Amino acid sequence: MGNKILLNVIQVIVVMAFSPLVKGVLNRLKERIQSKRGPSIFQPYYDIWKLFHKDEIVSDYSSWIFRVTPYVVFVTPIFVALLIPVLTSYPLFFAFMADMLGGGFILALGGFFATLAAIDTANPYGPMGASRTRMVGFLAEPVFMIVFFTVSFVAGSTIPYIVQKHWVTPIANFFEPAHVLVMIAFVMLIIAETGSIPVDSPSGHFELAMVDESKGLEYSGRGAALVKWGGCMKVFVLFCIFLNVLVSPWGLAQGDHIGEVLLAVPLILLKMFIFILILVIIESSLAKLRLFRIPEFLGAAFVAAVAAVMTRLLEF
Amino acid sequence: MPDMWTSNLLLHELSALVAGLFLLTAFGLIATRQVLACLRTFVLQSLFLALSAFVLGYLNASASLLAVGAITVVVKIVLIPWLLLKTLGDELRARREISQVLNIPTSLLIALAIVVFSYFVSVRILAVAPKGASAMNLPIGMAGLLLGAYAMTVRREAVPQIIAILSMENGAFFAGIAIAPHLPLIAELSGAFDVLIITRVMGVLVMKVHERVGTTAVGDLVTLREE
Repeated sequence: MGNKILLNVIQVIVVMAFSPLVKGVLNRLKERIQSKRGPSIFQPYYDIWKLFHKDEIVSDYSSWIFRVTPYVVFVTPIFVALLIPVLTSYPLFFAFMADMLGGGFILALGGFFATLAAIDTANPYGPMGASRTRMVGFLAEPVFMIVFFTVSFVAGSTIPYIVQKHWVTPIANFFEPAHVLVMIAFVMLIIAETGSIPVDSPSGHFELAMVDESKGLEYSGRGAALVKWGGCMKVFVLFCIFLNVLVSPWGLAQGDHIGEVLLAVPLILLKMFIFILILVIIESSLAKLRLFRIPEFLGAAFVAAVAAVMTRLLEF
Repeated sequence: MPDMWTSNLLLHELSALVAGLFLLTAFGLIATRQVLACLRTFVLQSLFLALSAFVLGYLNASASLLAVGAITVVVKIVLIPWLLLKTLGDELRARREISQVLNIPTSLLIALAIVVFSYFVSVRILAVAPKGASAMNLPIGMAGLLLGAYAMTVRREAVPQIIAILSMENGAFFAGIAIAPHLPLIAELSGAFDVLIITRVMGVLVMKVHERVGTTAVGDLVTLREE
């Protein structure tokens, strides 16, 4: 049991250590595809390091929510990382603390606090972006629910570790229509939740057009670093859920020997790199949607998710 | 023979997957805003129809289904788009939104309800149909038929309506090849060429209407009615 707790802690450390790298690679590739040189893939680390060494300024008119939020945003992805398979294909110590819906709620908690904090300071741009994020969020919520329900329905469990095994035993299950449709819906969700191009432009620094970025505008110093790092970890955790639970458990450690578990780290990063490539191609080949077209984008994701349930019902 | 069985299972899943993607393209026909995208979705749907025919033909060892797949590729993926582009090129390439009765999110929700409905309708038929791949393809073909009819109702313009009626035919074919794998080839052939001729006639008709009236928006054509 001590071993399993240790592995769980390693899992969290991997999420903390490599999430800025994923973000860095994503940014770099995006610039490369536009024939620019792009920032170093370690730039997010430098940014976080720099922000930790700067003074923090907090408005006198803000309440405790503003001060607490960076910690909430930082901690919630760590909790989710305890629940999902990051490195191992068998359940670890905390795996049965909550199921996929529980993980979804924990992630949503971070978003909720970020919204409150953005409204708290009464900066005009914060609430605007926050309310837009909420709009995307509440449209994405039903899709999340349906995806989780479909996955649980198909696999007969809501614990991610059990779900992931179902897709490849036997291998024909991988081509199940419900599986493919759920994957399509979840990719659209990831695009919406991580603020990627058809929904939001993360590299844009024009406040009026911001969706996701504007929530952190008021933070400085340590708070900004935590918010940034927390955002990276949220992306990493979502990628993990998609790649390890929904797509395939390939490359995860089977045994509980520590060397085997550490060997899974480069394999996961490789999988993520392939997914990032696909994501970058999607982002570079589409234009940003107008704000009022976002319901249609997420409506399409919803339809794909419901079609997944339906094809499952048809296939008795 | 376990090996034989697993490969068949894989093929069954592939057939089901094609059916799922077919359903997705039927939704796509309702969700697209531009005429050319509509046509592309239709071509994609026909591609899935042909794939389904190939997979089912292999599973049932039915040469006529393989021929149906080949005919679908020739007629629906090559000839019909070519014909439509030739007769109605300007209409198709117009980069503007198709005018619709309902907005797209509402349409999509209604489309979902239609799929549930077609499921309940076909459960009764499935009770007497042979088991196998049809369990999945029949309701989805039915849904494709109804979604095509719905798309035709919701669009206000002639060209998307032509594409919708062709997709209705796709849905009917999809259900047909699932429940009757050994249909005589002559029936399939005549079906395919009928569709081709219908497309041609509708294309010419729409072109003439466009020449005379200057628009193909169906709502405006009411003024042509004799009192």
